[in-house]
Amino acid sequence: MAEALDLSMFVERNDAGTAHMTLAVEGVGCAGCIRKIEDGLSKLPGVIDARLNFTQRRLAVDWREDEIDAARIIDALEGIGYHAHPFAPERVEADESAQAKWLLKCLAVAGFAAMNVMLLSISVWAGNVSDMTAETRDLFHWLSALIALPAAAYAGQPFFQSAVRALRARQLNMDVPIALGVTLALGLSLFETATHAAHAYFDSAIMLLFFLLCGRYLDLAMRRKTRVFAGNLASLKAEFAHRLDAGGELTQVPVAALQPDDRVLVRPGERVPADGILINGRSEIDESLVTGETLHRAVGAGATIYAGSINVSGALTMRVSAAGAGTLVEEVERLLEKATQAKSQTVRLADRAARLYAPLVHTTAALTAIGWLIAGASLHDAIVIAIAVLIITCPCAIALAIPAVQVVAAGMLFRSGVILNGGDAIERLAEADTIVFDKTGTLTLPDPRADPRADIDRDVLERAARLALSSRHPLAAALARQARDRSPYPGAVEEPGQGVRAVIDGEQARLGSAEFCGLAEGERQTAAGEGDASFIAFAHAGKTAAIAVRQVLRPDAIAVTKALIDRGLRLIVLSGDRPTAVAPVARRLGIADWRAALTPAEKIAAIALLKSQGRRVLMVGDGLNDAPALAAAHVSLSPITAAHLTQAQADALFLGEHLRPVLRAVFVSRRARALMKQNLALAAAYNVLAVPLAIAGLVTPLIAAVAMSGSSLLVTLNALRARLGLESGR
Amino acid sequence: MNVLVFLVPVALLLGLAGLVAFLWSLKSGQYDDLDGAALRILPDDDMPPDRRADGSCSKPTS
Repeated sequence: MAEALDLSMFVERNDAGTAHMTLAVEGVGCAGCIRKIEDGLSKLPGVIDARLNFTQRRLAVDWREDEIDAARIIDALEGIGYHAHPFAPERVEADESAQAKWLLKCLAVAGFAAMNVMLLSISVWAGNVSDMTAETRDLFHWLSALIALPAAAYAGQPFFQSAVRALRARQLNMDVPIALGVTLALGLSLFETATHAAHAYFDSAIMLLFFLLCGRYLDLAMRRKTRVFAGNLASLKAEFAHRLDAGGELTQVPVAALQPDDRVLVRPGERVPADGILINGRSEIDESLVTGETLHRAVGAGATIYAGSINVSGALTMRVSAAGAGTLVEEVERLLEKATQAKSQTVRLADRAARLYAPLVHTTAALTAIGWLIAGASLHDAIVIAIAVLIITCPCAIALAIPAVQVVAAGMLFRSGVILNGGDAIERLAEADTIVFDKTGTLTLPDPRADPRADIDRDVLERAARLALSSRHPLAAALARQARDRSPYPGAVEEPGQGVRAVIDGEQARLGSAEFCGLAEGERQTAAGEGDASFIAFAHAGKTAAIAVRQVLRPDAIAVTKALIDRGLRLIVLSGDRPTAVAPVARRLGIADWRAALTPAEKIAAIALLKSQGRRVLMVGDGLNDAPALAAAHVSLSPITAAHLTQAQADALFLGEHLRPVLRAVFVSRRARALMKQNLALAAAYNVLAVPLAIAGLVTPLIAAVAMSGSSLLVTLNALRARLGLESGR
Repeated sequence: MNVLVFLVPVALLLGLAGLVAFLWSLKSGQYDDLDGAALRILPDDDMPPDRRADGSCSKPTS
């Protein structure tokens, strides 16, 4: 207990002797929590300021270093009833937060300009049909120019920058026609104003920017929300390691602070914090998160062990190492690199639309100008009409069509426990026609559960489970999860490597190995005969029982796989575990297509084969050995319990014990993709109606404004339909 | 129409004032915690203790 806690990597120090730290806090649910936390911390001597951000569930604390330290603050929070963990913000998150602020500023400027220009424009439109003098109209146009030009130069930056980037890379994206349309509309309007003409398009240009910025901002806000949530989860899950200093003293450090060559103590029941070599101790380790193998591996000094495996029995001392040649991690990283290179760049729907759209629109405008010239119009009139075509086709609706659906779909997925890593994952999820599952930790729950035979008495089970609360052994931990009474028996003693004993109702009770509990030979053999399970023995008042502990299926796995098969998806299980462990799982789920004992390279090969047959593969996996396969697949999902490297490869993560999010992810995405296509069709239909008017030279600024906002609204409302359709059909 | 000489600048200035106010509120971090701001008005410190609503949390803090 005297072990010191070293949190220095999370603390920012100032010169004045004060320090600052951000913590992710769990269990904050109401206004009372804000007060309890802030008041509770402010009362501590040395704390200068504590402020809880309720939206992000994060707490910022400032304190004087000579009076209190970070570990005491976390303890104090624990005392108030909140579990907190220091939080080191990722760079992506900081970048996105700066970008969101910038977009919001652009949006504010565009909104201000749009309102004021529209005020002037409506006066002009009304004046054009009544008694406004030409001088007043010109004044209003000049005023509009004064507002619109600087505003567009500022608020249009996101589009101009992106368009320039795309053109430099010799590509077309949606921002190219947008930037061109806005620039031409403003240029034409300025020219028309200078020549005292009746029509100017300042309002159209600035309104277009406003609508598009709304779309961009909402898109980014949704992404940030999921990113913040995922960041909190990651830091709350983060574990500590016991580092052995040169003098043999133990310090508790965050896993992220471990350096190669650090010596680390791993106690029984703990997760191995980093890859390394064993230097002392002998134990069995559970590597199901690494290789998918559910049988424990016996290890001794000199063995290589991997981050994420669980130490089952004895205390181990290890030396942290960078991935050495020939280790599994190195092979996985090599395969990952290959898989990422080979990954075909899928073209996003929006970019595909832009590639088709931009040349079409620009050719139409050019042909219109030529047509009018041939028909005998003046050069000025021909150019004005051609630019009107560009303005009316400016892809307001098309540019909103896809982000609007993405925002709605990402929000729905978030609520059903799926966190998207990137926006285009939705499109690729929708295309999947084959789902490849890993077994251990994906189809089954990430940690083993007690699975007692039906003939064991419930009271006996409850007693065994409650006694298991006093043990740190992984098998006991699995059993302890079932205890209804969460208070351990008083006076329970753990005998290292054997089990726990306590006195229950005046009788001696034991839980642990078969020898420790004096399990009869017959029972021992029945229990061992079950093959894929380990067992833990329990003895109380002269009676004994063997309780099986095994990987069990996620509670809704059978229903979900059936629903997926019913809707025409092909399911395949590719596992790193033994055939005898995979076969029963595949049989229960009704999946005929399964392969076992695969290495990471074989998993990739299997996926490559499916790809060459024209299948689009969704890979669902959690182990370190699945990471290359996730990268190679068309799209990938991971449970939140997956290994770090694996999570980083996945396009989306899902939460909780259920497999249902996989089903939701596939069907919400399919629906979203259908809506995206529908929206693109709506936007195209709008163009078919409006373009002939523009070519005929009949478009006035009023018509342009109405058409543009009308089509944008239509597309946005259509996107909201996704929510109505799916939330009610739950 | 001479009134326009007044009204147009006044309208513009009002709009600009709104824009500046928004940018200031953005910069001073007022949009960083929208949900929290909604809840922070709820604690009833100004009431005598016996009339205060129970400050306990409805969600379990597991």
